[in-house]
Amino acid sequence: MIDKFVATPAAALADVPDGATILLGGFGTAGLPEELTDALIARGAKGLTIVNNNAGNGEGGLAALIAAKCVKKIICSFPRQADSWHFDKAYRSGELELELVPQGTLAERIRAAGAGIGAFYTPTAFGTKLAEGKETRRIGDRDYVLEFPIHADYALIKAERGDRWGNLTYRMTARNFGPIMAMAARCTIAQVNETVELGQIDPEAVVTPGIFVKRVVKVSRAARKAA
Amino acid sequence: MKKMDRNQMAARVARDIPEGAYVNLGIGLPTLVANHIPAGREVILHSENGVLGIGPRPAKGAEDYDLINAGKEPVTLLAGGAFFHHADSFGMIRGRHLDFCVLGAFQVSVSGDIANWHTGAPDAIPAVGGAMDLAVGAKKVLVMMEHLTKEGTSKIVERCSYPLTGAACVNRIYTDLAVIDVRADGLHVIDMAEGLEFDELQKLTGVPLHYRETAKA
Repeated sequence: MIDKFVATPAAALADVPDGATILLGGFGTAGLPEELTDALIARGAKGLTIVNNNAGNGEGGLAALIAAKCVKKIICSFPRQADSWHFDKAYRSGELELELVPQGTLAERIRAAGAGIGAFYTPTAFGTKLAEGKETRRIGDRDYVLEFPIHADYALIKAERGDRWGNLTYRMTARNFGPIMAMAARCTIAQVNETVELGQIDPEAVVTPGIFVKRVVKVSRAARKAA
Repeated sequence: MKKMDRNQMAARVARDIPEGAYVNLGIGLPTLVANHIPAGREVILHSENGVLGIGPRPAKGAEDYDLINAGKEPVTLLAGGAFFHHADSFGMIRGRHLDFCVLGAFQVSVSGDIANWHTGAPDAIPAVGGAMDLAVGAKKVLVMMEHLTKEGTSKIVERCSYPLTGAACVNRIYTDLAVIDVRADGLHVIDMAEGLEFDELQKLTGVPLHYRETAKA
């Protein structure tokens, strides 16, 4: 019997090695798998490359991961925020490397990794500093920049509902990077608010089919609020 | 002369957005445009984090932080709204499906280059977000910004001194002093703040402007 349910975030992350590349879901705090991130800090993995839209907010989640000095490099589109002080400090001190990627290019590089695409041309960033040193090509009447996929060892994402085959649905804008990150990692771990029996997710409404998901760990919203 | 305030600027932008348009409003000043779409005009707002059909701000106490806009502020969803993942969201942007985007800017050049993501200062932390995708992707790129910097120099320039967000992509500029079209033959003044004379506007702006009384919209 296939059973992708794992009892705890710690158990779900037990094999994450130092130096892993990790796609971390979320846009700001929406969709950020906070309990999985906490478990990653507790595990003490070091030298991580983290891919996220941002670079942490306030004290929890990705900000805490940076503060705990687990992160060597961040690939993101929007690190600077009013409450990104942990990133700001680590970046200014030179201990944290930043690869800044336009948001749509970040999404497409992740999607390309999951979809088996070798590289793609995008019009975004042509003629700007973020395309410096990159191969470009004129196709028709437009100029494009060559971009490569972002493959990862793990994806840590947050979904709303999951079954033991790993089928997932999401909640509103917390969906953001979840579905494409799930496709792009060798091992995708989803934190879900609710687990359900097979068949209880309408097949027409499955957003991430279980083929992209290796482990599902339940962290209910009630438990989150209590904590 | 009376400068337009932020709400007057937003109302002026909203006036140009027609029924049925799909629109992305950038973070900050452009977000105000949503409050000025005339009642009864159906305009569908997109936010790059993965939502179409954004409604008004939620009532105090009714915020749900799983339902936010690109500025990470809580929003509501209109009946008919939809959620989608990031690659689809940027497919909508890059794939030329959005009718308008409204961006803030540090500078816009006579040829329609825009700089809005980085001051280039050595200790500045850069952040680009979706600005570069919006600049190349939206069918019409509208810029909303103050006409002058705090030091009083024109933000409309011959060449941007800050790093570019996109080249030759801006269609129209809305400032607190004027509405200006970017065309192949240069900048054309469409509208001016109440009581502002063209000569004065030209003096305040760093680059040559075209103006015909009959061109007034």
